[in-house]
Amino acid sequence: MNEFAIVMERVVKRFEDVTAVDGVSLYVAKGELFGLLGPNGAGKTTTVNILCGLLKPTNGSVVVNGYDVQKESAKVKELIGVCPQETAVYSYLTGIENIELFGNLHVLDKDTLKTRRDMLLEKMGLTHDAKRRVEKYSGGMKRRLSLILALIHDPQIIFLDEPTIGMDPQSRRAVWDFMEYLKREGKTIFLTTHYMEEAEALCDRVGIIDHGKLITLDSPKELISKHGVENLEEVFIKLTGRRIREEL
Amino acid sequence: MKFQRVAALTKKEVKKTVREPAVLFMIFLFPVVFVLAFGASFGGLGGTQPVYNIGVVNMDYANLSQAFIAALSDTKILSVQVYADNQTAQNDLSQGKVQAIIVIPESFSQSLISYHEEPNDPSKWINATVSLYLDKGSVVATQAIPPIIQQILSAFTDGNAQPTPTPISLQVASLVEAKQLSAFEFMAPGMFTFASIFLIMMVAQSFTQDRENGMLKRIRITPTTPTEFMASQVLSYMLIALIQAILVFLVAYLLGFRPNVDVSAYALAFVFVLAFSLSNVGFGLITATVAKTSGAATGIAFLFVLPQLFLGTFVGASLSSSAQVVSKFVPSYYVTDALTSLFLREASVASSTILLDLAIVSVSCIAILAVGIILYAKYYKI
Repeated sequence: MNEFAIVMERVVKRFEDVTAVDGVSLYVAKGELFGLLGPNGAGKTTTVNILCGLLKPTNGSVVVNGYDVQKESAKVKELIGVCPQETAVYSYLTGIENIELFGNLHVLDKDTLKTRRDMLLEKMGLTHDAKRRVEKYSGGMKRRLSLILALIHDPQIIFLDEPTIGMDPQSRRAVWDFMEYLKREGKTIFLTTHYMEEAEALCDRVGIIDHGKLITLDSPKELISKHGVENLEEVFIKLTGRRIREEL
Repeated sequence: MKFQRVAALTKKEVKKTVREPAVLFMIFLFPVVFVLAFGASFGGLGGTQPVYNIGVVNMDYANLSQAFIAALSDTKILSVQVYADNQTAQNDLSQGKVQAIIVIPESFSQSLISYHEEPNDPSKWINATVSLYLDKGSVVATQAIPPIIQQILSAFTDGNAQPTPTPISLQVASLVEAKQLSAFEFMAPGMFTFASIFLIMMVAQSFTQDRENGMLKRIRITPTTPTEFMASQVLSYMLIALIQAILVFLVAYLLGFRPNVDVSAYALAFVFVLAFSLSNVGFGLITATVAKTSGAATGIAFLFVLPQLFLGTFVGASLSSSAQVVSKFVPSYYVTDALTSLFLREASVASSTILLDLAIVSVSCIAILAVGIILYAKYYKI
C-alpha cells in the first residue's frame, strides 16, 4: 500500500436522505495526477472534503500517505495542500499578506517562506500585483492566489477542486502549466474538474463520478479507446446518456 | 501550541479591523453616534420613585438628632443606614455602597433648642453645620440628594419646607472640597464599557463571514489547532478592546476627563476592559452559532448588545429600581461600577468593592467565553 498516496475504500457519505458519495473506492499512486470528473453535484467536492479530513465518511476508510485521515488528521494536514472550489482568500489583505499568513500557519521559517512566496508569485504571474489588496484583483487573479495558498508549504499531495473554474483562458493556461510543473516535481495531484479537455490534457488517470458513484476509471487514452469515441466528453455521454456541462 | 500561528492569525484579525470601513464604523464611530442620539432622547426608565441609600453619622446622640434621623427614614425616597463612625461611612461612600453621608454635629440638639427658644433672635442661637458628603461618581447623588436633605432639614427645624434662616446649615462637602463634575465626566467610566460592547457584533460577523466565504474551512485544512485558532481570536479582540479603551480615554481626556488618581487605577481600569472583552468574544461566538448568515448575526448580536448597553453603561445612569436589580446580571454593570469607583469615587485599587467587581467580571467573562467556544465548536467545527 506504500506506493499509494491516496487509498479510498468503499466510502459512503450520506447527508440525511441524500447519498453524496456512494461506495467509492479508488487508489492514487504517488506522483500521479489523478482527475475526478463529473457534472455539478456528482459528489466531487464531497469526495475531496472527505479526503482532506473536513468531512467524516458515513462508511468506509480513507488513508493518505499511510495515515488514517480521521484518526491522524494532524499528520495528514502537514502533508496536503488544498485549493478549494470557492475563492477563499482574505480580500482585505494584500496578496503577499495572504501568502505569509498561510505560510505562518504551516510554521515555515522566514527564509523558506520568502523563497517559496517569490517563486510561486512568479510562476502564477502575480509578482507585480502581490502588494495590492486582493479586493482589487480580478476573479482569475484571486483563483491563482488561492492556488498559491494551497502550495506555499510545498505539500506532497495536492487537492485541487475545480482550480480553473471561471478563469480566463490566459489564467487557465498558467494553471495548467503549473500543474505540469508540479507533476514533474513528483507531487501527487488529485484534481476535480468538469472540463473534459483539462482532464484529457493533464491527467494520468481519470475517474468519472455521477450521482455519487464512480462509473469508470482509467487513463484518458484507454477510456477513449475502450469506448471507441473521440474524447472524454463522448465517454461521459456514452456512459450517462447526457452531456457533462448541460447541468452547469 | 505554536505562537507563530497565533501571531499570524491575530495580526490578520487586527488588519481586518483597521482596513474594513464597516468594521471601523461599527467599533469606533457607531458608539459615538449612538451616544449622541441616545443622550438626546433618554429619560428615566419605568417612572417608579427612586430610592437613595444614605448613611448617617450621629455625633450628637440626643433625642432631637434621633428624631431627625427618624424624619429622614420616614421619607420613602431615602433608605437610611446609621454608622457608628465617620471612617466606616466614608469607606462605604468611596466604594459606592451608599450615595451620600450625613454627619450630624455634636451641637445639633443644642442648636435646635436655642432656635426654638428664641426663633427671632439669631444672637441667641448656637450655630451647627450638618455636613453632607456625596458620591462623586453619581450624577443622581450630586444633583438629587442635596435638595431633598435640605428640604427635610428645613421642615424638621422650623416646620417650613423652604429654607429660612436657622442656626443649622447644610454644607455639601463634595461641592465645597472638590470641583463639581460635569455630566460628561459622570458618563466617562461607562463609555469605556460602552465601546467594548460592540465587539460582540464584530466577532459574530467575522465568524459568520469567514464561514460563508470558506476561510474557516480553509484554515481547518492547515495544521492550525482549534486551541491556536481560538487563542488568536481572543488575543486579537483583547488587543482591539485595548486600543478602543486607549482611544476612548484619549478623547475623554481631551474633553476634560482627568480623574485625580494614580497610575495603578488606570492600569486596573485596562485590566477590567480586557477581562470584559472576553465576555464579548463569548457572546459573539454564541451569536455566530445561532446566526446562519452575517446579516442575521448583526441582528442577533443586538440581543446581547442592548442589555449590556442599557443596564451596564452610562446609558442606564438613571435606571429604575427594578432595572437596577436586573443590571446585576450583566457583566458590563460591574465593569462600569468598578471604573466609576476607581475614577470618580477615587476608591483604592485594593478596596473590597473593586476586588469584588474584578472577581465577578473575571469569573463571569471567562464562563461566557467558555460557553461561546463550546457552543460554536459543537455546531461548527473549528
